[in-house]
Amino acid sequence: MKRNKHSILVGLSSLSATTLLGGCSSILLFDPKGPIGEAERFVIIAAIVLMLIVVIPVYIMAFWFPRKYRASNTESTYMPKWSHSAKIEFFMWGVPVAIVTALAILAWTSTHSLDPYKPIPSTDKPVNIEAVCLDWKWLFIYPDQNIATVNQITFPVNVPVSFKITSDTVMASFFIPQLGSQIYAMAGMQTRLHLLANKPGTYAGHNQQFTGSGYADMHFEAKAVSKEEFQSWVQKIRQSPEKLDLDRYEKLAKPRVGYHPVTYFSSVKPDLFGYILRKYNPTMGKHHGPMSRSSVSTHPRPDVAEAN
Amino acid sequence: MFGKLSLSAIPYHEPITMGAVGGAVLLGLVLMGLVTYYRKWTYLYNEWLTSLDHKKIGIMYIIIAVVMLLRGFSDAILMRAQQAVAAGGSLGFLSPDHFNQIFSAHGSIMIIFMAMPFLAGLVNIVVPQQIGSRDVAFPFLNSLSLWLTAAGALLIMVSLGVGEFSKAGWSGYAPLTEIEYSPDVGVDYWIWAFQIAGLGSTLTGINFIVTIIKMRAPGMTLMRLPLFVWTTFFTMVLVVWAFPVLTAALALLTLDRYLGMHFFTNALGGNQMLYVNLFWTWAHPEVYILILPAFGVFSEVTATFSGKRLFGYTSMVWATVVITVLSFAVWMHHFFTMGASPNVNLFFGIATMLIGIPTGVKTFNWLFTMYRGRIRFSTPMYWTLGAIVTFVIGGTSGVLLSLPSANYVLHNSLFVIGHFHNTIIPGAVFGFFAGFYYWFPKAVGFRLEESWGKRAFWCWLIGFLLAFVPLYVLGFMGMPRRMAFYATPSWHLPLMVAALGVAVIMLGILFQGIQLLVSFKERRALRDPTGDPWDGRTLEWMTSSPPAVYNFAKIPAVDEIDALTEMKEKGVAYGRPDQYDDIEMPKNAPHGLILGGFAFVFGFAMVWYIWWLAILAALGMLFTVIARSMDDDIHYVIPAAEVERIENERYLELAAVTK
Repeated sequence: MKRNKHSILVGLSSLSATTLLGGCSSILLFDPKGPIGEAERFVIIAAIVLMLIVVIPVYIMAFWFPRKYRASNTESTYMPKWSHSAKIEFFMWGVPVAIVTALAILAWTSTHSLDPYKPIPSTDKPVNIEAVCLDWKWLFIYPDQNIATVNQITFPVNVPVSFKITSDTVMASFFIPQLGSQIYAMAGMQTRLHLLANKPGTYAGHNQQFTGSGYADMHFEAKAVSKEEFQSWVQKIRQSPEKLDLDRYEKLAKPRVGYHPVTYFSSVKPDLFGYILRKYNPTMGKHHGPMSRSSVSTHPRPDVAEAN
Repeated sequence: MFGKLSLSAIPYHEPITMGAVGGAVLLGLVLMGLVTYYRKWTYLYNEWLTSLDHKKIGIMYIIIAVVMLLRGFSDAILMRAQQAVAAGGSLGFLSPDHFNQIFSAHGSIMIIFMAMPFLAGLVNIVVPQQIGSRDVAFPFLNSLSLWLTAAGALLIMVSLGVGEFSKAGWSGYAPLTEIEYSPDVGVDYWIWAFQIAGLGSTLTGINFIVTIIKMRAPGMTLMRLPLFVWTTFFTMVLVVWAFPVLTAALALLTLDRYLGMHFFTNALGGNQMLYVNLFWTWAHPEVYILILPAFGVFSEVTATFSGKRLFGYTSMVWATVVITVLSFAVWMHHFFTMGASPNVNLFFGIATMLIGIPTGVKTFNWLFTMYRGRIRFSTPMYWTLGAIVTFVIGGTSGVLLSLPSANYVLHNSLFVIGHFHNTIIPGAVFGFFAGFYYWFPKAVGFRLEESWGKRAFWCWLIGFLLAFVPLYVLGFMGMPRRMAFYATPSWHLPLMVAALGVAVIMLGILFQGIQLLVSFKERRALRDPTGDPWDGRTLEWMTSSPPAVYNFAKIPAVDEIDALTEMKEKGVAYGRPDQYDDIEMPKNAPHGLILGGFAFVFGFAMVWYIWWLAILAALGMLFTVIARSMDDDIHYVIPAAEVERIENERYLELAAVTK
């Protein structure tokens, strides 16, 4: 039900956005390629429209009053002692209160439905990707396929992608603007993000949180392809001569300024992601199982149960 | 012997840095040469550097602010120029490490060493006079605050030529600022500059809370305070609440860096999220610390230049209270993307939106103050109107960012940079400029020339829009903040426009410089003989311009809001008292200056691990404090006859113009 209502509004909003911006595809946030991005575009446009209710009158008054009551215009009323009107005060508190109430409702529903930790409902099993921020590149591990890549991910279109994210260095933020939500990557902690692309294409992704010298080069490609293309891509990676064992990982993790070329690894040391987490947080449970209570304090929060 | 310090700390290989250092050193030498040539060292020392007069301290604060504005703005020019050229494979003219230092310095300087001293300067000059007081509650503490701020500012300036500044942003997120990831001295400069200046700010906060509570003229009840005093009061409450949090956060980071502890490290139980929370617990209220006094200025200016009492005074006061309280319940909106649950994010998101309500109320109040008024368009009013019109956009983008779901895509993008410049430039800087033009005649004795002021205003306004509207667009285009270079070609055009905007603002600053020079040349024609150049409504316009050291020969009695307007209406505004009394004022004291000097040496020694020097400087501070505490002879008396002589001169000048 809710989804339906949303999709009408999303349709309306995307219509207005395209008219407004002439379909300018470089405005990435107004040209989303998945449901999360689309819903976030709707939130942005709806909030702006709501706020215009108060902004427009302010603008009218801000130009009209100074003009009308300029000192040279001796025709206008002058009431030097007039400083209170219950009616005006009612509106000047009441209108912002009403708008903020509406915005709060919008925020409430959308923030719950767009929780990055919340799995995207689908008949397909999600593709699992473990993303690790390194200085200054992104490592992506596909635990189910036992392959890994640097600075590139590929996943099937219309299939949810479930990210587990951490950092083997400072705090970073994982973001693919056209797919929606970003989330921080923090050492010793695991954050979650669920995205879905509903159109095939290659989308730009990057680190959105400053991480030092090589920060500007921390961008990657996110490719949404058909299921068949995804399978053949996985096969291609499996042919790669490079294997990600511990030695190779430590070499990769060394800080290096400059864009790291896309690299494929045909196999990955088992539970490398868990190993990276436990480097900083030995109490961290194995990432496949439920987390132990003791680790919760140094963790943003446990996963939202897959069941809901 | 010299810790980590050696000659290699001077960045000979960086021509831009060396140029800036050379320029600064040369300027300093020229200034010192001039002072020597005109034999003004004793004057400078006796009348200014050791002065405990709140008006002179205020002027010195504003001088620091202006110098640091020029420094911070130079950083802005470099950043905008870099991003305008570093597109499509070009790396620009700044290395990433240099670029990172520049944006870190820009943020640190503009917040702590431009906006804070500007605010402290205005507050110092105006608040005691507005409440009908002769001084602040703790004049010596006031001088100490000034010199601690100056010491911090000097430390940042020194980092330009000796070593380097932090490369980790003004917010200094751990673990990037931990010794493991930032082993150089830059972060230490940042820590000690903030610590020293932050201590100064905390002391200012205590000083003005006590001043406003205890030193008001008889009859000036709380609900008769000028709005600027109210907003200053709540700003100082925020200072006293928030700055200790910064001090603690930086102290913990210092323990990590200097003693190998693990408060915010990745491993061994450190918690980086704790740093982020502590930092913003200070830094979010800090925004309101900057903006509230500017809101006060807008209220004063609108009422004065509309020739009308402020609309909805009670609403204004309560709106300020609400902003003060809420500003402590919103800090988490700086990191909605850290992975907290929707309900946690929503608590802070909705609290943030709520701040939009009192802010909106204030805007309406200014508009309805103009309504049915007689508006004179002098420069302070220009800045106020410009601020209202542009601040509305900043408020709107802020409320948009407060929706966690929208923030998930806008966070850390240039949209955020657009937003906070759009609040701080119109909200705080335009307000400070309005206050500067409004109170300049009071502080200095002559008005500022208007036409250059208006030209400067238009450059600032247009330049501001050109520089920051493109950043909103770039945020929607997905561009992150703090990029030394970028490969996406579509970002290039908006960044060129933004660079043009900075050039236009530069013209505005140049015009402000010309305005100061022209006004100084024409100071006799622009002289304010009445002490009340704008037909003011509050007590500061009762004193002469510049005021006598004691401000008021007789403390005025107040029985209305807009006390001076009421006195003018009753015809008792400038009445001569029957007799004068002796006035006791604080003596000048060099201890603040000396403590500031030791604080600078201490900071510098800590940055470079020169332990013996740090210990000496700390002992120096201790003994100076003891020496000051032992000094009981801290007041002097201005005899009644002398007061009468000063006042008679004033009445002569007043009579000459009212004739």
